[in-house]
Amino acid sequence: MTWDNSAITIATLLPLAGALVITLVPRENEVTIRALGIVFTGAALIVAIAILVGFDYSGGSALQFELDTAWIPAISARFHVGIDGISLPLFVLTFAISFLCAVYTWRFVPSPGRAKGFLALMLVLETGMAGTFIAFDLILFFVFWELVLVPMYFLIGIWGSANREYAAIKFFLYTLFGSVFMLLGFLAMFFTAEPSTFDIVELQRYAQQGGFSQGFQLIVFGAVGLGFAVKVPMWPFHTWLPDAHTEAPTIGSVLLAAIMLKMGSYGFIRIALPILPYGAEKYAPWIGALAAIAIVYAALACLAQRDLKRLIAFSSVGHMGFVMLGIATLTPIGINAAIFGMVAHGVITGMLFFCVGSLYDRYHTREIAEIGGGVLQKLPYLGGVFAFVAIASLGLPGLAGFWGEVMALLSAFNPSSILDQAGHTLLFRVFMVAGGIGTILTAGYFLWMLQRVNMGTLPEKWREAGFGDVVAVEWVSWTPLLIATVALGLFPSLVFGVTQEPVEALARVLGGG
Amino acid sequence: MNQSIDYHAILPETILSATILLVLIADAFLSARRKWFTMPIGFVGTAAALVATLTLIGENRTTFDGMFVVDGFAVLFKTFFLAVALLVLLISLRYFRDGRFYQGEYYFLLLTSFLGCLLMPSSRDLLMLFISLELVSAPGFLIAAFRKSDPRSNEAGLKFFLIGVLSTAVMLYGMSLIYGVTGSLNLGEIATALSGPLPRGQETLVLAAILFVVAGFAFKVSAVPFQFWAPDTYEGAPVPVAAFLATASKAAGFAGLLQLMFVAFVNQHEFWTPIFAALSIATMTIGNLVALQQQQVVRLLAYSSIAQAGYMLLPFALVSSDMGVNQDAFAAAVTYILIYAIMTLGAFAVVIAMSRESRGLLISDFAGLGRRAGLLAFAMTVFMVSLAGIPPTAGFWAKFVVFGAAIERGGIGTVLAVIMIVNSVISLYYYLAVPRQMLFVEPEQDRPLMSPALVTAVTVITTVAVVAIGVWPELIARFPPLSTLVER
Repeated sequence: MTWDNSAITIATLLPLAGALVITLVPRENEVTIRALGIVFTGAALIVAIAILVGFDYSGGSALQFELDTAWIPAISARFHVGIDGISLPLFVLTFAISFLCAVYTWRFVPSPGRAKGFLALMLVLETGMAGTFIAFDLILFFVFWELVLVPMYFLIGIWGSANREYAAIKFFLYTLFGSVFMLLGFLAMFFTAEPSTFDIVELQRYAQQGGFSQGFQLIVFGAVGLGFAVKVPMWPFHTWLPDAHTEAPTIGSVLLAAIMLKMGSYGFIRIALPILPYGAEKYAPWIGALAAIAIVYAALACLAQRDLKRLIAFSSVGHMGFVMLGIATLTPIGINAAIFGMVAHGVITGMLFFCVGSLYDRYHTREIAEIGGGVLQKLPYLGGVFAFVAIASLGLPGLAGFWGEVMALLSAFNPSSILDQAGHTLLFRVFMVAGGIGTILTAGYFLWMLQRVNMGTLPEKWREAGFGDVVAVEWVSWTPLLIATVALGLFPSLVFGVTQEPVEALARVLGGG
Repeated sequence: MNQSIDYHAILPETILSATILLVLIADAFLSARRKWFTMPIGFVGTAAALVATLTLIGENRTTFDGMFVVDGFAVLFKTFFLAVALLVLLISLRYFRDGRFYQGEYYFLLLTSFLGCLLMPSSRDLLMLFISLELVSAPGFLIAAFRKSDPRSNEAGLKFFLIGVLSTAVMLYGMSLIYGVTGSLNLGEIATALSGPLPRGQETLVLAAILFVVAGFAFKVSAVPFQFWAPDTYEGAPVPVAAFLATASKAAGFAGLLQLMFVAFVNQHEFWTPIFAALSIATMTIGNLVALQQQQVVRLLAYSSIAQAGYMLLPFALVSSDMGVNQDAFAAAVTYILIYAIMTLGAFAVVIAMSRESRGLLISDFAGLGRRAGLLAFAMTVFMVSLAGIPPTAGFWAKFVVFGAAIERGGIGTVLAVIMIVNSVISLYYYLAVPRQMLFVEPEQDRPLMSPALVTAVTVITTVAVVAIGVWPELIARFPPLSTLVER
């Protein structure tokens, strides 16, 4: 075992080890437990940063920090992990957001308390999410993928708000339903490939030699894509998301929005596209259409929301629509835009959920009408941060939200040459127009929301309320995200620089470019 | 005729038989307050039989004219049955000591049933299979009715008995027809006799005979439409007996069924695989849909065990003339049975701990258990998640190998896999009902729930097994292919 082949495994398993340690601490030692949460997520983040530093940026399309060792020989599943330019941003994002969540938990443990269980589950969740982004064996990928379900179910079910049981089971059933079909697809790939393998790299190689027949690709892309589509979530599989987001505790919503949704779109880029390029080509117009619908539908739904958290949840559906539109074009620009959009959405929407959580913490309501405006008057810092992040989310140039959206739209103007030959260019331009309308509506609902929440005069009933403004713990957990929002907006090459090379390699596989 | 007996091959059965007699004699001489001593006696004897079984690993022995065989398959199942016997003994002690039961008789009958289980995987002969199956069932009828003062327990025993006897009669009739046609009771010889096209007059006869034999075993494994006894019997019987019926007794049925279908009748697979496909679909679907309605935890586990039987029947429907697929389907069925038994036994152990304070054993009685008994609640959550087949638990690998075999088979296999998937997603809903009560609902009382040490021990052992297999399935993946029943 050397640093080079074990670093990402260490980073991924550190939170799991932390969860085990926390379960051994008696539940009375609240402070120790919370400190352990910060220590373990922090340690994992440090390892992740070391990986970020040690990553060879000149060879971004090759697997680095790779480890390929026996795991379950009986079913030919291997413990194959590695990291490339596509995984790296999401991998590091996972550890960064998880650490900030642990910091936030230092002060805010949602009702009914029990920090021990809360943090243990959160750490297991972190391992599952991080593992998904580095797994290069389909079975390993699936195990990590499913590992997030149980902790998230309990996070929503125990620490959620009023309608939590319904939201938790809906979340679980929906994602499980999608992912079991994904598993069947994986098994079909295994038995069809020669020699039989679950290795993603091997399967890509086999696919490039034209190993998978066209009919096979159409069926299996459907099965695998269903699993990813539910997770993203693409319209019309999105209905679990508003419920889960709304009912989840703040940390749950943040992790769900910032990282878990990306597992779906990552799955498309990592598995579905390169292994099933013909399937990708045939499904691309449909994915694009669903993405365009999602963008417009989500924006209209947002206009109708009364609950602040539900509004942010629907905005996630729209943002993931841009991500999927980028992927559907099968072009380097589109896929780069998608990855950028994933990171930017992680940072911004994660931050939005923090803000809404903190607002709820003060007002004990999420109803826009109840809050009734004047937040800027009452809580100038919190209101200011909220306004800043909302504006970043609507895609203002210079902030992180801009690049993912505008480049996704740009790529839809000129989809991949294989889609062009199939005569789909006009269709994608229609999607682009729909997306454009979506951005206008997005700006509309965010500004309207700010007008109703932040502006106006403070209602009588809140005048005397003794809310405190942003506290130290909040500043500590938020500042990195706020900085990232600006930094990614000003220097998009922070992400594009890493993703460029592997994405171009992928585009070559897809036969376009 | 070779008359010499291979005593090493029958050593585990011999030791267990001696133990059974010892328990019966000891019971006669122990004072009422000391009756529970029969449990440690039985435990030591069972452990000795387990050790004897382990000495047979890697052996390939035949005795009694090929009626009794010890091979990888037999040793695997014997080891498994004896391990289950040890765990069932552990969870029985306090339950039967604290209630007013005839303890000596219980351990005598329970171990006799396990003796039948031990014989089952070694039986390579219709007569032996029949005797083993009856040896498993007959004491079962009695111990199911062991809560004598409770009419529900009487009903449990009676229902179990009537349906059991009926299906046995049908099965015996089927066996006699097979003997009539093939002139042999030996499974291998039957397979040879039934290969190739059958004479015109005999075809219907053979097919009817197979159907009858399958019906007999379908009762044992509680497959729809022979499942009616299971929920009532599980609910009425003492909880440790329900645990036995749901695990060892059911696994014994499958051990017999595996030999019949994969060895004796394999050449007629075109006839019977559609029957198994239908049985499997009906069993998993009806088991799951009815389980959704359950309020009582033992009934929930009963319907769960019916649904799970449907998943275990699925590999039978995959049998074809491709030996590679058959081997994988066989291994899948064996793996599923073993893993199923571990997680179900663990769940029953938690229910036994709960039964000390809750007579009705409603799911709502588990409310807030997370606060009152963290370990039990955690264990129960692991078992429920595992039964639903979510990684990283053992239950996922059980489902995984079945999916794998089904996809490898293709055609009907893919259809069955999709139906099984829909079913396992549905099952998640009712499996999570228990953790939902334990963790999402506040307890009515804060008093910790005390669990007997032995029950806690069983809970911990099974939890560790479920998680360990889940994380590193190689632990169990090595065993099933040991079987020499289905040759490559």
